[in-house]
Amino acid sequence: MGGKSEPAKSESMATTTTSPDLINSSFFSFKSLKLKTKQQELLLRIAILGLVYILAFIARLFSVLRYESMIHEFDPYFNYRTTLFLTEKGFYEFWNWFDSESWYPLGRIIGGTLYPGLMVTAALIYWALRFLRFFVHIREVCVLTAPFFASNTTLVAYFFGKEIWDTGAGLVAAVLIAICPGYISRSVAGSYDNEAVAIFALLLTFYLFVKAVNTGSLAWALGSAFGYFYMVSAWGGYVFIINLVPLYVLVLLITGRYSMRLYIAYNCMYILGMLLAMQIRFVGFQHVQSGEHMGAMGVFLLMQVFYFLDWVKYQLNDTKLFQTFLRITVTSAILVGGIALGVGTASGYISPWTGRFYSLLDPTYAKDHIPIIASVSEHQPTAWSSFMFDYHILLFLFPAGLYFCFKRLSDATIFIVMYGLTSLYFAGVMVRLILVATPAVCLISAIAVSATVKNLTSLLRTKQKVSQTGSTKGAGSSKASSKVTLDQSQPFQKNGAIALLVGVFYLLSRYAIHCTWVTSEAYSSPSIVLAARGAHGNRILFDDYREAYYWLRQNTPTDAKIMSWWDYGYQITAMGNRTVIVDNNTWNNTHIATVGRAMSSNEDEAYEIMRSLDVNYVLVVFGGVTGYSSDDINKFLWMVRIGGGVFPVIKEPDYLVNGEFRVDKGASPKMLNCLMYKLCYYRFGELTTEYGKPPGYDRARGGEIGNKDIKLEHLEEAYTTSNWIVRIYRVKPPTNRL
Amino acid sequence: MKQSSVVVVDLLLLLLTIAVIATPAFSDLVLSKVERRIDVTSQFARVTKSLKVVNPGSESISEFMLTFPKFLGNNLAYLSVKTKRPLANLSVKKADPKGIPDSISVYSVALPKTLSKGDSLTLEVVATFTNVLQPFPEKITQGEIHLVMLQESAQYLSPYTVESQSLSIKLPNARIESYSKLENTKLQGSELKYGPYKNLPPFSYSPIVVHFESKAAFAVAEKLVREIEVSHWGNVQVTEHYNVVHRGAQLKGEFSRLDFQARPNPRGASAFRHLLARLPPRAHSIYYRDDIGNISTSEMQSDSKKTELLIEPRFPLFGGWKTFFTIGYGLPLSDFLFASEGKRFVNISFGSPMIDLVTEKLIVQVVLPEGSKDISVTTPFAVKQSREIKYSHLDIAGRPVVVLEKDNVVPDHNQHIQVYYKFSNINLLSEPLMLISGFFVLFITCIIYTRADFSISKSSPTYLAKLQWDEVLATLQEVQSIIQKCLAAHDKLEASLRDLSRTGDFQTCKAARKSTDSLLKDLSKELKPLLGFLQSSPSASHISPKVEELVVKEKELQEKLMAKHTTVVEGYEKKSSGRDIENRIASQQQKIIALRQEIEDLLEFIDEI
Repeated sequence: MGGKSEPAKSESMATTTTSPDLINSSFFSFKSLKLKTKQQELLLRIAILGLVYILAFIARLFSVLRYESMIHEFDPYFNYRTTLFLTEKGFYEFWNWFDSESWYPLGRIIGGTLYPGLMVTAALIYWALRFLRFFVHIREVCVLTAPFFASNTTLVAYFFGKEIWDTGAGLVAAVLIAICPGYISRSVAGSYDNEAVAIFALLLTFYLFVKAVNTGSLAWALGSAFGYFYMVSAWGGYVFIINLVPLYVLVLLITGRYSMRLYIAYNCMYILGMLLAMQIRFVGFQHVQSGEHMGAMGVFLLMQVFYFLDWVKYQLNDTKLFQTFLRITVTSAILVGGIALGVGTASGYISPWTGRFYSLLDPTYAKDHIPIIASVSEHQPTAWSSFMFDYHILLFLFPAGLYFCFKRLSDATIFIVMYGLTSLYFAGVMVRLILVATPAVCLISAIAVSATVKNLTSLLRTKQKVSQTGSTKGAGSSKASSKVTLDQSQPFQKNGAIALLVGVFYLLSRYAIHCTWVTSEAYSSPSIVLAARGAHGNRILFDDYREAYYWLRQNTPTDAKIMSWWDYGYQITAMGNRTVIVDNNTWNNTHIATVGRAMSSNEDEAYEIMRSLDVNYVLVVFGGVTGYSSDDINKFLWMVRIGGGVFPVIKEPDYLVNGEFRVDKGASPKMLNCLMYKLCYYRFGELTTEYGKPPGYDRARGGEIGNKDIKLEHLEEAYTTSNWIVRIYRVKPPTNRL
Repeated sequence: MKQSSVVVVDLLLLLLTIAVIATPAFSDLVLSKVERRIDVTSQFARVTKSLKVVNPGSESISEFMLTFPKFLGNNLAYLSVKTKRPLANLSVKKADPKGIPDSISVYSVALPKTLSKGDSLTLEVVATFTNVLQPFPEKITQGEIHLVMLQESAQYLSPYTVESQSLSIKLPNARIESYSKLENTKLQGSELKYGPYKNLPPFSYSPIVVHFESKAAFAVAEKLVREIEVSHWGNVQVTEHYNVVHRGAQLKGEFSRLDFQARPNPRGASAFRHLLARLPPRAHSIYYRDDIGNISTSEMQSDSKKTELLIEPRFPLFGGWKTFFTIGYGLPLSDFLFASEGKRFVNISFGSPMIDLVTEKLIVQVVLPEGSKDISVTTPFAVKQSREIKYSHLDIAGRPVVVLEKDNVVPDHNQHIQVYYKFSNINLLSEPLMLISGFFVLFITCIIYTRADFSISKSSPTYLAKLQWDEVLATLQEVQSIIQKCLAAHDKLEASLRDLSRTGDFQTCKAARKSTDSLLKDLSKELKPLLGFLQSSPSASHISPKVEELVVKEKELQEKLMAKHTTVVEGYEKKSSGRDIENRIASQQQKIIALRQEIEDLLEFIDEI
């Protein structure tokens, strides 16, 4: 970096420019204590890295300071619950855990259907701390896992940047990724999700692989295989690695960059990584059987063909003979591969691509075929504004970085370019995948920043030296004057460089301000506690979710079955400690559709469905009183769509009026009488929510409701939270048939 | 419903058995005056009795029998017997004398002095009963009022003859549904009076039932664990885990938030929303949370006498509803820890700080600092004791924990207990020392790791090259330091010249010259072997020319400087004018500066290797 050798510079300047006087003697004694430039640089670098490490951690603590040390969102509650189980019961119990509290009456085999990396990591940290005699609560460990791994990611980013460009770029990359909103959004304290450790694992794997390709060392390749194993154990996004790496290898092969280093790195990483990945029960034989993993295997075989051809070429000195041989081998290799793939697919040995994979490649696929994926807000295609929001200046630095990468093309820069471009495409397809693109964008932008700053400062430095020698030598020296004239041949160069540098630092400081603002305003709310500003500017907390879940936990029978839309499933099991019908692990579409059907049927029909599912309580989320917009009425159309996808009796147009979704008097009769409507608006018609508005005014949708006289026949209100956000109903036992 | 009918059956049985025995089986004490007062404004019944005991017989008596009907005796939570003159607490124990029917519980009180003939004594008895206010009806809807029923006897049940007695029942200031009307029954406001009744034989009994509305919070802690952790760093940390349930009439049917919000008084009168804890003064760091996080609804007021904490559970508690929560607070150690006879003792309140809370099972754990010895406990009433070990931060052996258990605890039990132990102050330092040594070990390992050589193969070419390179670097550093020393010597020489121009004292200047000369000579001698090494070393091949250049430049600079020095000194010796000397050395001076600059550049270049 430009800054690293500056102190040394200025001091040597001082010795020459200050006219010799009495200070000199004391100065020299100080100078003998002074560190060498290299040591200084090392010290600065370590200090910067240390500060970045701390910064990355504390930037993510907004939510803890503002709210409390708690788990956020939905999925993290499941992770927290499983971690708790793991620390209490041990690893084998965890591995064999059959959870009867979710997906009633099916249950879920937890050990075989989750990525255990996160839980095991947290448990290991917990056990390590206990071993060191720090008796912390497991919740604290879980809450702080994400910031801790974010800090570690900055270190990996530094080494990665160093590997693909230089230490300067590494440092800039570490700083950029430490506060990049795209990453912070998934790694604030309390966001105890797979992504928290997965991004670390992803970047580590990539770094180790690039290092292996650069050095051709088996040790690094082995390291990357283990990194890959950790990634597989942590997140389903490992599929990205196992497709990007072969793609990268393929590109290197095509561009004629095949080398022994590449051969060693890829083969070791693929074979060991595959064997290790198959140890994760959730992946198992998918790694050799499913369509998503076939690319990697194909490239592996191709590598062997390449190696073989190389050997043959070495043995045969006749080029013509070799050409023929090449043609035959390549054709037969492709033929064999094609036949194997065809037979595998036809016989069902190789499973075809899953819907989720398709929906990544084709943004419109999910909307037409899998409503349950399309219904999740984080699976929507990304808007430009959210790119700007999450990347800020990196969005402009990214192309500049690409330019520098192409200017200095190497195996490493090709990798980062490919990583950047592919991940940016996926980020465009799905909002949540901005996360995967963030490290690449940060690294490439860091190259841009570092290269620019380096060029500018080197310009400044040469100038300084010349002008300074000129001034000390005085006008008499002919040598100096010639140099001065040389300077003047490039007018304003120094000023221009200074101006550009100031510009760069201004941009970077804006980036820092933007990141802090975004983190504090947008990404640090736990979403389980809602905050609003009161009339006097005081902060009002809506803690209704926990109120309801705690009521369930304390005041319902322990074997009660709760029906709610799947979003709340994990939270109900974790905080309410009760059995749910469906939850956020959306593995059984039919079951979810059944719940959707119950919610969109009238009360009698819904009662039959609920009886068949042994439902005791129904929980709905309602924002009509507080104006909370992500409630069940606004999600209702998805319930209809998902329900209708399996049960054709549910038809979306029945709930719409002229293609419009409404809840007021103009709503369709089916809508006004469906279970969800009734449960949300039960006795709401008697409540005045806003001054000057009629009773039953829905603040979330801004209208007076259409059905104010709701009578429930088979259900009764069991509990409603203080701000009406969560409403719980008890399903009455059937009346005596006398 | 069932429970109350059982009680009624009990009463009948009791009456029967009393009729059957009706023989004065006990000594011939006489209660000349009995005043009973039952306070049922809270969820428990607090009975205060004043008994005037007279011994008309000839035998002197030292034991007095207190009797309660069994259904009350089973719910007796607290019993204390005092005499006013002299002021003394009397010891009470459960007795099981023969000839008393099963439906009566008997407690024997040891009198402070034996009562001989004609002596009299006034006993003040306080008894608190839980679960005696039976909700009736047992299940109510949200809109109904909460009615409870009290069963007692209008006449004092005693094995002794009672000459005069009266009973008053303090009811809450609310609706009274019904009460048994006997002779001499009066209702004054919210106070119900029975009696006075004169000259009743032993075991007189006339059941009464009062049915009234109660607005008290029927908050019962099914289990309360209080953990009191003593830290000699100045803090007593109290953590209390409450399992609270509303033991009043159970809620049936719907809970309507709308009704509760709009008309809370009739539509939710049976529920309670708040609990008030009266904490000791100077309580700090108070928190209130449960299994799933912090609960933000609580208020605190504090003054010099007390700290009041008003906590609101996540949801209002209706009859039969439960909740669990934890409160914690820190207290200054100096208010609770005292020393006596070489021992220390913690003096802290036993029961819960919550107002009007009944605790069915109270567990108090006093956690003493690690290394405490000779632990003993004194309590004002009987409790079950046991010992445990608790591990907290940085503990090796664990902290000794005194566990005290007691069932059915009422606010009357809020008395102080003392835990005595021995603890030496040295133990205080163990944890900081552990931390320090931990960091020390960490740094030492870092130092060892960076200094020591961990390579496996000592003969591999890369390893050897690395060794060589290290050597080259070390030599370079030495060369650099020598050059720096030379430069320092030059500066000294220049300084002497400046002194000369100021003072004109060329003798000292010459002396300085001499010393510098010898120093520079020594340095150049030192430099020689280093240069030889650099030239011979293969890995330094690309550096050695630069180093040589540096040395040559330095030599040149040295010569120039010496020449300048000689000129200047000579000039002064010849007493030439300052301008003259300046002119003479001007060209030299330029060269010197140029050389100096070049040397600096070279040094910087070497520095960056």
